Amino acid sequence: MSATEAATAEEGGERRPTTGETVRRIVQGDLSSVRVVLGLVVIAVIFQVQEDRFLSAENLTNLMLQITTIGLISVGVVYVLLLGEIDLSVGAVSGLSAAVMAVLSVKHGWNAYMAIAAAVAVGAAIGCLQGSLFSRFAVPSFVVTLAGLLAWEGALLQVLGKTGSLNITDPKITGLANIFYSDTVGWIFAAVIIGVYGAALAVGYRRRVAAGLGDTSPLSMIVRFVFVAAIVIAAVAILNSDRGVPLAVMILLAFVVGMEYVAKQTSFGRHVFAVGGNAEAARRAGIHVNRVRIAVFTIAGTMAAIGGVMAASRLFAVNQNSGGNELLLLAIAGPVIAGTSLFGGRGSVWTALLGALVIGSISNGMDLLSLSSAVKLMVTGGVLLLAVLVDAVARQQRQTSGRV
Amino acid sequence: MAADGTPLLELEGVSKRFGPVQALDRVDFAVRAGEVVGLVGDNGAGKSTLVKAIAGIHSPDEGTIRFEGDEVRIKGPQDATDLGIATVYQDLALCDNLDVVANLFLGREQVSAGPGQVSRQLDEVKMEHETADLLSNLAVTIPSLRSEVGTLSGGQRQQVAVARSLLGDPKVVLLDEPTAALGVPQTKQVLELIRRLRERDLGVVVISHNLVDVFAVADRIFVLRLGRAAGEFKAEETTEEHVVGAITGVGDGGERNQHSEEGEKS
Repeated sequence: MSATEAATAEEGGERRPTTGETVRRIVQGDLSSVRVVLGLVVIAVIFQVQEDRFLSAENLTNLMLQITTIGLISVGVVYVLLLGEIDLSVGAVSGLSAAVMAVLSVKHGWNAYMAIAAAVAVGAAIGCLQGSLFSRFAVPSFVVTLAGLLAWEGALLQVLGKTGSLNITDPKITGLANIFYSDTVGWIFAAVIIGVYGAALAVGYRRRVAAGLGDTSPLSMIVRFVFVAAIVIAAVAILNSDRGVPLAVMILLAFVVGMEYVAKQTSFGRHVFAVGGNAEAARRAGIHVNRVRIAVFTIAGTMAAIGGVMAASRLFAVNQNSGGNELLLLAIAGPVIAGTSLFGGRGSVWTALLGALVIGSISNGMDLLSLSSAVKLMVTGGVLLLAVLVDAVARQQRQTSGRV
Repeated sequence: MAADGTPLLELEGVSKRFGPVQALDRVDFAVRAGEVVGLVGDNGAGKSTLVKAIAGIHSPDEGTIRFEGDEVRIKGPQDATDLGIATVYQDLALCDNLDVVANLFLGREQVSAGPGQVSRQLDEVKMEHETADLLSNLAVTIPSLRSEVGTLSGGQRQQVAVARSLLGDPKVVLLDEPTAALGVPQTKQVLELIRRLRERDLGVVVISHNLVDVFAVADRIFVLRLGRAAGEFKAEETTEEHVVGAITGVGDGGERNQHSEEGEKS
């Protein structure tokens, strides 16, 4: 390697990757989003062939509504995974937070926004507590949050009391998952998203050129812009041809974009990646490792609560099953399927959305085909296993090619 | 070759005891600006303890440390950093999943001005620019500043770690086994880098087991044996044989200082 080092050494100058290299990068997870998009296409083709309602506007809108809860919870899970940790309590926390909101709103007549804020605060407090226990006493996060899973499920039953189920009637809460925007508003969203994205790309590119760091060719930027614009336009067109753009989708998108920004563009996000990559190195670099850990678990609890609120809004109710069943595992499996590593330090918040899409489409497709729960559970388990294997293989590949 | 004048960093009569083990016994040690000092000795001779005393990991039990002529107390790593003492440990402490720029600025990220400041938005362009400047000043060649550090060779990783230590504008740099586990061309690159640190008028302390490397780069060679100063040599005026003698305590150790003459137990 050292002989070619000098030859290829060129400040900031990236070589154009060859086809073989691109394939390698997809396998090793650098371009895992491409892998996921290919997976989505395969899933869509399989289900569409068997049931032509799958790709209908109505079903795709339903799919988007179905994935908002998992997607929102996964946003927090991505942060925990970036640390190389795990949070098994997110499902239970989402149920408990939603129950707190429902009790405050229905039984105590709280204002909807106050009730939602209380639910989010409960989630944040739980996350903060678990994060503190984990970092202060160096207990494995797996154990702390497993204890949390049991305890918060118990708390959910306690909060719900004898009735075991509460119907939510406040339209401000139920509206979260049930409001659809008109076609015009939908197109305004599309225009704003595309405009802001284009402006951000252009500003970033001009700054790099001004600073003499010309390693981003305008071509790749234009390709990305066209790709994103096409997806946004197609999505709005499809959603508009059914009930319109749902508020829930905008909420999910806002959290994904916002938290991706925090992860990739802020010093806090950089520290999360550093702690996940090499906690000792981060500590020596002066990063307050424990503060980062507590903050990340707080984010996970907060996002779980937000996901729980959305789930309650969609169901118009909170019951003893809220946040239970396979919600937890799917929320963790999603980002892993989409390329966030279980081993820490690698991933992106987009995998929360992409993973939720993969899992959501499989589950939605199987529902359309009226498959039994037995088949559904086995298929979902198989997909999760496959995702973890792909992650592990990618890691091995990186190690054998000298990348840790 | 060695620079003259007041030493940048001077240790006098520094001792450190770990339980029954006398790790350092009244050691005097000094580094001047624009000087590379090779710190050599057998395993357990006290090299690491001496470096850790300077770096603030273990405070010495006795003795004084002077920095630029003033007596200082180094109680923790932060004290050392604040004085202008940077340490590159053998394990480098790099985050393999982050790129070169991110590693260089880890823990002291540049935050962009303007609205992004609220969220402590990273100023990637500025950081990349400064990284490129620093590395080209040091003549360090890395294929791409945006490649993950885990993909770099051992020599490149070492160079990144050394470059990172320079970001805080230190006056003294301590390098712990910088050439261990490196191939021949990579070792050459790292030694070149150490020479450039000297040209920048830094005081450099290189701990090494490898006498060939030490002779290649050091102006002065300081030998520790069983926690005591066992000899100090000008690299130009001595031979490997003399240094080995001082390390092992066999034969004439050269210009031994007073402490090492008080009854050695071997």
